[in-house]
Amino acid sequence: MSNGMAILNPQQPRTAAMAERMAEVKGRSLWADARARFLRNKAAMVSVGVLGAVFIFAFFGHLVTPYDNETIDWNVLGKVKELGKPSLANGHYFGYDDSGRDLFARVVQGTQVSLMVGVIGAAIAVIVGTIYGAVAGYIGGRVDSIMMRFVDIAMSVPYMFVLILLLVVFGRSIEMIFVGIGLTAWLDMSRIVRGQTLSIKNKEFIEAAVATGVPSFTIIRRHVVPNLLGVVVVYATLLVPQMILTESFISFLGLGVQEPLTSWGALISEGTSTMNYGTLWQLFFPLAFFVVTIFAFFFIGDGLRDALDPKDR
Amino acid sequence: MTETILKVDDLKVWFDVKKPGAMPWTRPRKLKAVDGVSFELNAGETLGIVGESGCGKSTLARAVMQMVPIEAGSVVWLGDDLTGLDTRRMRPHRKEMQMIFQDPLASLNPRMTIGQIVAEPLKTHFPGLSAAKVKARVQDVLDTVGILPNLVNRYPHEFSGGQCQRIGIARALIVDPQLIICDEPVSALDVSIQAQVINLLMDLQKETGVALIFIAHDLSVVKHISDRVMVLYLGNVMEIAPAAELYDRPLHPYTEALISAVPIPDPVLERQKQVMLLDLDLPSPLDPPSGCVFRTRCPIAEPGCAQVKPVLADKGREHLVACHLR
Ligand code: SF4
Repeated sequence: MSNGMAILNPQQPRTAAMAERMAEVKGRSLWADARARFLRNKAAMVSVGVLGAVFIFAFFGHLVTPYDNETIDWNVLGKVKELGKPSLANGHYFGYDDSGRDLFARVVQGTQVSLMVGVIGAAIAVIVGTIYGAVAGYIGGRVDSIMMRFVDIAMSVPYMFVLILLLVVFGRSIEMIFVGIGLTAWLDMSRIVRGQTLSIKNKEFIEAAVATGVPSFTIIRRHVVPNLLGVVVVYATLLVPQMILTESFISFLGLGVQEPLTSWGALISEGTSTMNYGTLWQLFFPLAFFVVTIFAFFFIGDGLRDALDPKDR
Repeated sequence: MTETILKVDDLKVWFDVKKPGAMPWTRPRKLKAVDGVSFELNAGETLGIVGESGCGKSTLARAVMQMVPIEAGSVVWLGDDLTGLDTRRMRPHRKEMQMIFQDPLASLNPRMTIGQIVAEPLKTHFPGLSAAKVKARVQDVLDTVGILPNLVNRYPHEFSGGQCQRIGIARALIVDPQLIICDEPVSALDVSIQAQVINLLMDLQKETGVALIFIAHDLSVVKHISDRVMVLYLGNVMEIAPAAELYDRPLHPYTEALISAVPIPDPVLERQKQVMLLDLDLPSPLDPPSGCVFRTRCPIAEPGCAQVKPVLADKGREHLVACHLR
């Protein structure tokens, strides 16, 4: 035992490596590891670049064109197929839409709306769903049963139906779309988060915090949520395109944003209705943005999942 | 000198167990994880608790810490009955008793630096402390347990199992507790590291006078560190005695079996020795045997053992045993 003591003696390093001990060593967090893995993922990095370009397009696109999204060029109206082709020469980069408005300006503005719906909708869903799921999972027992039965019931209601009903009853507006999407999208999130919370709850570091008297909500905030974030981040990136798709579908049905405002869904809807006239560019440009963005989000979500969850930790 | 700090009296912890797929209104069955355990702990003393896995030792530890609901009995800590205290009134006592865990890595939050982890109990109980004071104290305890204090910004996965357990000990130590409950703190570690961690705990005890409850499933580990040893079986105390007394003169047939299973480092003696084999598995705690809970595996059981449950009887020299025949 006495030689065991020598290795063990806490006093010993005090003299041994005084200088080395002064400088604090920086640790490598799991986040830093994940970031490194993500940066090595080519598909995800390309997608980040593409997505960045789409965002820049949405926020600065209007500076590139002299036209706005609602002025009708009466000279072109009725002769869109002949005069309204995309052209770099006259500054209508994406051509005209069917009503003789500049399509570039309309796509810029539609991109803004679609991204906003996607990001804000997903953010609402993630925040509400995470808090709800973490609380239900952590408290457990009867509270958990009641909270999750409520989610089950809410999920059994066909949400598209509710959304359409809301828009019909309260009128079509962006706010209503947010409310409708927000009401339903957090349900999935809360289920996922609850499942994760249950598995984290049984870890010993939670027990250690309980044993030392850390209050429950501090435990949720400090110990549960940070360990959930991996799942939440991945799910959030996959939720954004889902929100965009939902909004597009609503707009495609003609219940979405109101003229002169537009969104990808609305533009695609218009584009398909005029396909027969041979003005294919009206479908092509919004559709291209839509598809590219959705793909980019999916690749990023995939990359994040691989980065944050290397071996099913 | 030998002041009693913890007095556990007839403690019972029963869990409700429902058959999977049972109707919501069916009466759950009771799993008697701890069924009438009494013991006392003196200041600065180490009580070892041994038993097979599933005998209720971890539940007993958590019941003392008021982390599981208690069915009956009392836990008196420094004169205060802890049973039934709500979270707020329990909190001041949590400073006085800390716990270290079986899986060293799992007991540290992977998203926090070890500095933050070790500081947590201090910040919880002394929220007004300045950041500089917290940091100084954290570095101090890390130093005490043999972790270089300049590593405070590292994360748990950057340490070995033994180091993680030291960090866990530092976290327990930072609030100067009077009792540390060690729940199988070395079973997940290599044998060589086990000795280091046990020696560290013994040194700390000498320095600070902290009392320890040391749980293990293996008598040889407990022997080294304990003043007294308690043997648990199916939630019941079989025997309590001072460590040396227990090893030299085990009275309960279960303790005898446990001791005979401990390997002897001498190969000759090891080959000669008689191992009392406990055939049969541990009976289900959902349906414990009547009378003496050990009777289904007891080599010397008599018909009477099934009728009456033996109570702990004092056999002198602080040696208590629960058996009709001994
Ligand atoms: S009471 Fe009977 S069954 Fe129980 S340990 Fe003693 S002899 Fe064995």
